[in-house]
Amino acid sequence: MKVLVPVKRVLDYNIKARVKADGSGVETAGFKMSINPFDEIAVEEAVRLKEKGVVTEIVAVSIGEAKAQDTLRTAMAMGADRSILVETDTVTEPLSVAKVLKALVEKEKPDLVILGKQAIDDDMNATGQMLAGLLGRPQATFASKVEVADGAVTVTREIDGGLQTVKLALPAIITADLRLNEPRYASLPNIMKARKKPLEKITPADLGVDMTPRLSVISVAEPPERKAGVKLDSAAELVSRLRNEAKVI
Amino acid sequence: MTVLVFLDHDDGVIRQASRSAIAAAAKLGDVDVLVTGADAAKAAAAIPGVKKVLQVTDTSGNSELAEPMAALLADLAGGYTHILAASSATSKNVLPRAAALLDVQPIPDIIAVNDADTFVRPIYAGSALATVKSADAKKVITVRASAFDPVPAEGGNAVIEEVALPAGPGGSTFISTELSQSERPELESARVVVSGGRGMQNEENFKLLDPLADRLGAAIGASRAAVDAGFVPNEYQVGQTGKIVAPELYIALGISGAIQHLAGMKDSRVIVAINKDPEAPIFQVADYGIVGDLFTVLPQLEAELDKAG
Repeated sequence: MKVLVPVKRVLDYNIKARVKADGSGVETAGFKMSINPFDEIAVEEAVRLKEKGVVTEIVAVSIGEAKAQDTLRTAMAMGADRSILVETDTVTEPLSVAKVLKALVEKEKPDLVILGKQAIDDDMNATGQMLAGLLGRPQATFASKVEVADGAVTVTREIDGGLQTVKLALPAIITADLRLNEPRYASLPNIMKARKKPLEKITPADLGVDMTPRLSVISVAEPPERKAGVKLDSAAELVSRLRNEAKVI
Repeated sequence: MTVLVFLDHDDGVIRQASRSAIAAAAKLGDVDVLVTGADAAKAAAAIPGVKKVLQVTDTSGNSELAEPMAALLADLAGGYTHILAASSATSKNVLPRAAALLDVQPIPDIIAVNDADTFVRPIYAGSALATVKSADAKKVITVRASAFDPVPAEGGNAVIEEVALPAGPGGSTFISTELSQSERPELESARVVVSGGRGMQNEENFKLLDPLADRLGAAIGASRAAVDAGFVPNEYQVGQTGKIVAPELYIALGISGAIQHLAGMKDSRVIVAINKDPEAPIFQVADYGIVGDLFTVLPQLEAELDKAG
């Protein structure tokens, strides 16, 4: 069976985002960019399914500027077999990305699409659900456990207050949560090998998708700064301050 | 304008976060609500400002699934300009799917309503606030509850109408739900939150927070590092990809204060940090800090609280 794994190139997890001086967005030029951490978990899950013999082919997809091929190389170094870059300089939104993915799903016919639950730049948490909606296919979001058997996938999901288990007939859409797995580091030989794996480049227009964003950004601002308070010497002083000064206990 | 708010409930009690979503919705127009089950519908009808309650009657367990709920929201959308819900695991599962069916780009986690088309939402784990304007005819929105004071639970008298759950696309079957048993208040509405991080060292030690939480009537939270390390289940996680909380008092023990954690708690009214590393970033947002070994400070803190009575 075939799995499609969409991956997004984002500002590295360890870098604190800074707002551009003109308030038009967040500064990314010159900073380290990486594969979105949740997408990395999605790739890892696909690779594990392949190692178990459940999956035969993994196709990584990225939608974005030309440099997103670095992200696809990362996915291939982890174990994806080939990749597709849908190149665009337009701002990507979950709706337009889901439309591109729908077109690719119709072309590639994967049994499973595994996505990260959320990109850590726009924090939308929407693309997987939207793709499932556009395709009219079953979805299991926030997966912490995935088991494929007999043409179906059983997924344990992280919900508020606990866990939920659902069973989806294939083809289906899954989004990966934090605890699904711990992604591997790509080894140097695998990084070298990934350079030779096929990477196809197309455009949204090739797929007939209009990328025009529905949301326009009016401004981006720093959140109100919180001031550092005081360091205290003892628990006694803390309790006294909480009671008499902050009046919270 | 009439707005539809999709409510979450626990055993028929409407969640406080959903009442915050109603507060956000009231800035946009008249409010109808959608909720599953007769008890929850009665509770929803009592919320002041609600005009009409649409009660989903579900005997199949399918209302636990995104597919039929999203289809229902899309069916109902015709009568509304905006569809809102409090940000929760449920709404994040259902609303984007409904938005796709409506060909709408959702607007997640709003913290302010500027006008009918313009909203403020955090991006990059709250390191920036984006003001966005939607060109869609209908808006599908989730609301960050901590940014809106909830409307009261009692005082209203709305009409209740039943709606049927459509058959979703086949292929998705609800198997089971396992909820953690807890006597504590829910994280997102607790007045006090006691949170532990990697500094708690292990699952056993994490339980040392229980007496302090009991003493303060607090919910217990955790950093992603503590969840990753397996000290506590994921539903304890406070941060960018966990729960967003804004209690009166947030006590962080052994939490360094990664950006992703601060994103989930920096709007708390009073923040206390106890950490042995004086350079830990958590101290930059804490009102009161104690630099020290939490295993020494924690019992002292409990003793002082007991002494004070």
